[in-house]
Amino acid sequence: MSKPEESGEFRIMAPGSPGAMGWAGRPGLLPATGLGTQCVHGGAAPDPAYGAVAAPIYETSTFALLDIRTSAGFEYTRTGNPTRARLEAALALLEGGCGAICTSSGMSGIIAVLSLLPHGSHVLCPDDCYGGTFRALRHAQAVHGLETTFLDMTDPEAVAAAVRPETRLIWAETPSNPLLRLLDLASLAKVARERDLLLAVDNTFLSPVNQRPLRWGADLVFHSTTKYLNGHSDVVGGTVVAAPGRSGLLQRLAALNNTLGTSQSPHDCALVLRGLKTLHLRMRAHEANSRALASYLDAHPAVARVNYPGLPGHPQHALALRQQEGFGAMLSFELRDGSPDSVRRVLRRLRWFTLAESLGGVESLVSQPASMSHAAMTPEMRERIGIRDGLIRLSVGVEEQADLVEDLRQALEAQPLGKS
Amino acid sequence: MKAPLNKETLVLHTGNEIDQQFGALSVPIYQVSTFLQDVHGNTRGFEYSRSGNPTRDALEKAFAQLEHGKRGLAFGSGIAAISAVFMCFSSGDHFVVSDVVYGGTYRLLTKILSRMGMTVTFVDTANLAAVEAAITPATKAVFVETPTNPMMAVSDIKAIAAICRGRRLRFIVDNTFMSPYWQNPLLLGADIVVHSATKYLGGHSDVLAGLVVTATEEMGEEVHFIQKAMGGVLGPQDSWLLMRGIKTLAVRMEKHERNANTLAQWLCTLPGITSVFYPGLETHPQYRLAKAQAGGFGGMISFELASPELAEHFLSRLKLIALAISLGGVESLICLPAKTTHASFPPELLEKLGINDRLVRFSVGIEHVEELKQDILQALGNE
Repeated sequence: MSKPEESGEFRIMAPGSPGAMGWAGRPGLLPATGLGTQCVHGGAAPDPAYGAVAAPIYETSTFALLDIRTSAGFEYTRTGNPTRARLEAALALLEGGCGAICTSSGMSGIIAVLSLLPHGSHVLCPDDCYGGTFRALRHAQAVHGLETTFLDMTDPEAVAAAVRPETRLIWAETPSNPLLRLLDLASLAKVARERDLLLAVDNTFLSPVNQRPLRWGADLVFHSTTKYLNGHSDVVGGTVVAAPGRSGLLQRLAALNNTLGTSQSPHDCALVLRGLKTLHLRMRAHEANSRALASYLDAHPAVARVNYPGLPGHPQHALALRQQEGFGAMLSFELRDGSPDSVRRVLRRLRWFTLAESLGGVESLVSQPASMSHAAMTPEMRERIGIRDGLIRLSVGVEEQADLVEDLRQALEAQPLGKS
Repeated sequence: MKAPLNKETLVLHTGNEIDQQFGALSVPIYQVSTFLQDVHGNTRGFEYSRSGNPTRDALEKAFAQLEHGKRGLAFGSGIAAISAVFMCFSSGDHFVVSDVVYGGTYRLLTKILSRMGMTVTFVDTANLAAVEAAITPATKAVFVETPTNPMMAVSDIKAIAAICRGRRLRFIVDNTFMSPYWQNPLLLGADIVVHSATKYLGGHSDVLAGLVVTATEEMGEEVHFIQKAMGGVLGPQDSWLLMRGIKTLAVRMEKHERNANTLAQWLCTLPGITSVFYPGLETHPQYRLAKAQAGGFGGMISFELASPELAEHFLSRLKLIALAISLGGVESLICLPAKTTHASFPPELLEKLGINDRLVRFSVGIEHVEELKQDILQALGNE
């Protein structure tokens, strides 16, 4: 059989031969490039073996060793995998850290961070944290002797006052879920530094496109990559990125990921890596839609209040401008009529906002935090922090803006109008 | 649904994106070859993945909507899609085809279909008189690539559709370069649209696929018969990847085009670059036609350097822009068509068509445009 005619032009080199092309110099260039280029090329250097433009998916559990004591860098996929290593490099690049671990869910990433702490440690956590974080901390208290104080962290002095001799970790989440309250990261970092505590920041709501907590002095950044980083509602995953210079901390996290068995699968890592390539484009489209919807809802008579830091009337708008590169795309609003019937009517009439847990995907989602993401909290605790039954959370997707506005308009139409 | 959806929304919501059984938001991957039947051969809609697969079916339905056709069909490569369309014809049939087509299409027509007794006349389809003059009593179809690869010549879809309608010819358009986001040939009167979905539709350089959309159910049935009988189908995993790629088609195409537009204007000002081919340049001979029949000019640019040596020097020094065949991915790619994509053309024909050793084809990615400029500048330099 004759060779295809095109191959006549090419010399065939052995797999793994070093490239003489300019792309070989990309890894060194990446730290200085813009975020968009980092999204597209982070962790995606052309495959050294065959020059494949897209990262190969190493769907394998184990690796052949070169001899009894030597590997080519990977031994067993729980410990390390080339596809996962690419994703970890990309995430560390985007957050500006020294390295990252990727876990099979956001929760397992949180568990990995909590597992850094010795028995009897004390943790500070915002009282309006994600319901899953609350559940994990409560479980850790019951089973692992890890005690947590849940408090309003918007006041850094209150945080400083809550520190005890055995406090080891400040867990921060900003903006908060679902009330979009902001925490001042620089002030929290100051408290952490003075008391020699770790500061870990959950950056899931904003993504590194809109906020980079390591710049403000955090030691660790956490993400549920299920959300914006992957962005297509088709993977569950988490990541923890360690600050520059914290390679010891990173090594302990990597060891925990291996010991706890929480590392992410190659296929899922390849999917998140693929999602990252459009992160910058998606975040801009998400945010443009959110700003428009927030303004629309703010002016709607059936809506009592809108929680979105991008609105000039948001009490922490100035902090958002200072600390964030953008306002993100999560918002929540409270119906004037918060009765179960009224909430159900709105949720049922929405067509493009799908009633579902999760957030950050290209498709718009809607939820009622009191009965869904925050059902693990007691009703008293929900009432105290302001998660009322009439509160609706939107994860605004990248659909055409006019279609989303129209959807909210028709869903709110059936609402009794406010008396104001 | 009353009002037609905007295209940005349509790429996300076609009615096939939510699993009927469990409400999963991502179409399940039915990685399966066969399906349970009862003793009478009754099925739940699918019997064998070659004739139909739920994941592929979701893609085919969604894509038919995007191209405003009646039936979509997915194949294992762009060439498999194009050959399936030609397999609907018979020995003795004649086709009129754009003279600057993708090399793989040229090879299919001249090396394979010729063996089956089908004949072809290649003409400049931007010239309507040439199209009409090439039609013979045996002609059954006109196949047009617009813009052409790599010369970026634009053919008038509406006018050729009118010529075909009058003579009962099938009018087939390869819409790979524009994607349905910018151009909808079926709305302009074409009968069949073909795509190498490997390019903008997949968009991430990680899947090989082809798509056909037909204007009528009857034509769809003909192509489906070939798909089932000859078997060049797309696998479930690839079908799923393609659907995933299409979800960001709108945001990607906007950025590809913005970058390409900026770069095309800018390339015109650079010493060492002698010509730039991009339909969005006002100096492009079919600028007005391109503007009228498509919503945008796309992300593909070709340009000529002053000498073959400079072209080689330039290509080997690029850092961000990778020298590789294919196009339409998020990452910028560049190639020398005469040596790669169009190597199946006879050398004297290449020279005549303008596909020379100085011509490079540039698939503009979605990187930051300033970094692409810097890469081009440093590669043109002599240090």
